[in-house]
Amino acid sequence: MTSSAALTLQGLTKHFGAHAVVRDVTLEVEPGELIVLLGPSGCGKTTTLRLIAGFVMPTGGDIRLDGRSIAALPPHRREMGIVFQSYALFPHLTVARNVAFGLEMRRSPAAATETRVAEMLRLVKLEALAERLPRELSGGQQQRVALARALAIHPRLLLLDEPLSNLDAALRQEMAREIRILQRAGGITTIMVTHDQTEAMAMADRLVVMHEGRVQQIGAPEAIHARPANPFVARFIGGSNILAGRLDGDRRLVLADGTVLTLAGRYADSGDATLAVRPDSVHLLAPDGNARVEGEVVLSTWLGSVVEHVVRLGPDTTVLTRGPALGRDAVRRQTPGTRVTLAWEPDEERLFDADGNALTASVTLKETNDA
Amino acid sequence: MTSGLAQTAPPLPEHAPGRGAARLERAGVGLLLWTGIALIAVPLLLTLYLSVFDEKLILFPPHGYTLAWYAAILPNFAQPVLTSIELGAAAVVGSLLLGIPAGIGLSRHRFRGRGAVSTLLLAPLTVPGIALGLAIYVMLVTIDEQLGSMITGSMVGLVLAHVMIATPWVVRLCLASLTNHERSAEEAAASLGANPLTVIWRVTLPAMRPGIIAGALFAFVISFENLELALFLTSPGVTTLPVAVLQYLEYHIDPLVSAVAVAQTVGIAALLLVLDRFMRLGRIVR
Repeated sequence: MTSSAALTLQGLTKHFGAHAVVRDVTLEVEPGELIVLLGPSGCGKTTTLRLIAGFVMPTGGDIRLDGRSIAALPPHRREMGIVFQSYALFPHLTVARNVAFGLEMRRSPAAATETRVAEMLRLVKLEALAERLPRELSGGQQQRVALARALAIHPRLLLLDEPLSNLDAALRQEMAREIRILQRAGGITTIMVTHDQTEAMAMADRLVVMHEGRVQQIGAPEAIHARPANPFVARFIGGSNILAGRLDGDRRLVLADGTVLTLAGRYADSGDATLAVRPDSVHLLAPDGNARVEGEVVLSTWLGSVVEHVVRLGPDTTVLTRGPALGRDAVRRQTPGTRVTLAWEPDEERLFDADGNALTASVTLKETNDA
Repeated sequence: MTSGLAQTAPPLPEHAPGRGAARLERAGVGLLLWTGIALIAVPLLLTLYLSVFDEKLILFPPHGYTLAWYAAILPNFAQPVLTSIELGAAAVVGSLLLGIPAGIGLSRHRFRGRGAVSTLLLAPLTVPGIALGLAIYVMLVTIDEQLGSMITGSMVGLVLAHVMIATPWVVRLCLASLTNHERSAEEAAASLGANPLTVIWRVTLPAMRPGIIAGALFAFVISFENLELALFLTSPGVTTLPVAVLQYLEYHIDPLVSAVAVAQTVGIAALLLVLDRFMRLGRIVR
């Protein structure tokens, strides 16, 4: 098979006993691309990374690096640089010796090793700390050493396992930018694992959303945010409201508790369907008498730049809305008990059938209806 | 002070008994603590006191005090001391050779029979020394009868027995030093191109160093102090210090034995202080 891909996962599967942790994962990573595996804990993203690194052996499927299968190679022959969540520095070696480790394993001449170590430490701005021990460094500095150590060997692939989650918030953004700049500049094909969607959005060329061992959706962050492929992705990315019910002709969605919603789009389908709409797409209006989606405010929360309202539509149905607290479109806070109407644009609503496939609105007649 | 507090405090009936109980508890803990310290210290201090008596027999009050008994230790016990040191060193080497790989294997790998191996390696800790000594003695005699060998009463038999009782400590301390150490450092080394043996040599063993040093010291102390096994396994040519002291006591009751006890206690206490230092280091190094 010929392919331009740097890394190819082909039907990759891993069982631990009877438990399938990674199921049929197929993915092509282009050279120089930064791919983020994103999902809740237990979704199989870390196991996928460990399969690529060679720390666990696949139950099925193949891993190809530059066209050659590496699925049977032990980790020390895969030439990958890995940065762990815990940094995993060698505690008994100085910063410089840590960075030199991979080069020594390659029997690189001493002079060449020293040059490369100095170069890497300059890259991560740690020249001054070369002779320190890891425990004498801050978390961010340790993270930089781990990165320098991984990059020193000119890895064919850089693997990042939750690299930012042990850093505090301010440092996290700074490190995210630094990693991104280094990765771009070096054109290093990179796979990163995280459960933090903001981090994932900020770093990824393409996102791979995983759930229960399966790939849910692959695409650019913007595309996934705008067009989630199924209810899970809709909820996980952007925290959409998920309302399951039955399409009852026209634009009516009847929920399990009897609540009837009027959809923004018109769908040819019928039967079980799930609506996903993001909190920031839902607008709060005064009741206008038109049959739309009406409810009662349960809670109003001020979060500084945004205001959130929880609106009860039916006995078992609440919807979260979010709008700006300031500016021209500022949302006024409503006292609990106020009757309100909810509205959203047709292109901000996603409807899925019983199998989780997205349905498309046939003709959007909302505007003419309302007129 | 307290009466004033009692007046201003809201009348909570369960409050006063609670405070009394806490005071009682503190007094009880103090009593136990000092009883414990006394139980340990009084015999030691008495032994120290006896060891400087200028008497042939132990008589109160002594005619005078002397350090001569300390000078008499080596002339009387040179051979047993040497044997015990050799035996301790052999026990250290043997138990490290068994215990370090066992510790790495048990902490780093999940394999069939892992539980059984773990139990087997730690089991000697739970068997009384006398029972163990007798069992080993009977076994060695049987082997010698069958093979015509001469292991019983030889240094070889003693070394094997001492390795057996020292190994559980080495395994346990090696395991402890590895539970603090992260697995991912080894994975990082592998990803950087280190083969499995290089990973052990360059990453795992350095991380285990405090545990190995502590294990070695423990093994030596366990072997040096052991009486129960040695009672069965020593012979006229091969006698350890504890056995020699016991034999000496059968015929002499003079302060020399006290001097030996004090010297041994001081030596082992020094070793334990060193050990404690390394164990603390181990906790800091991570």
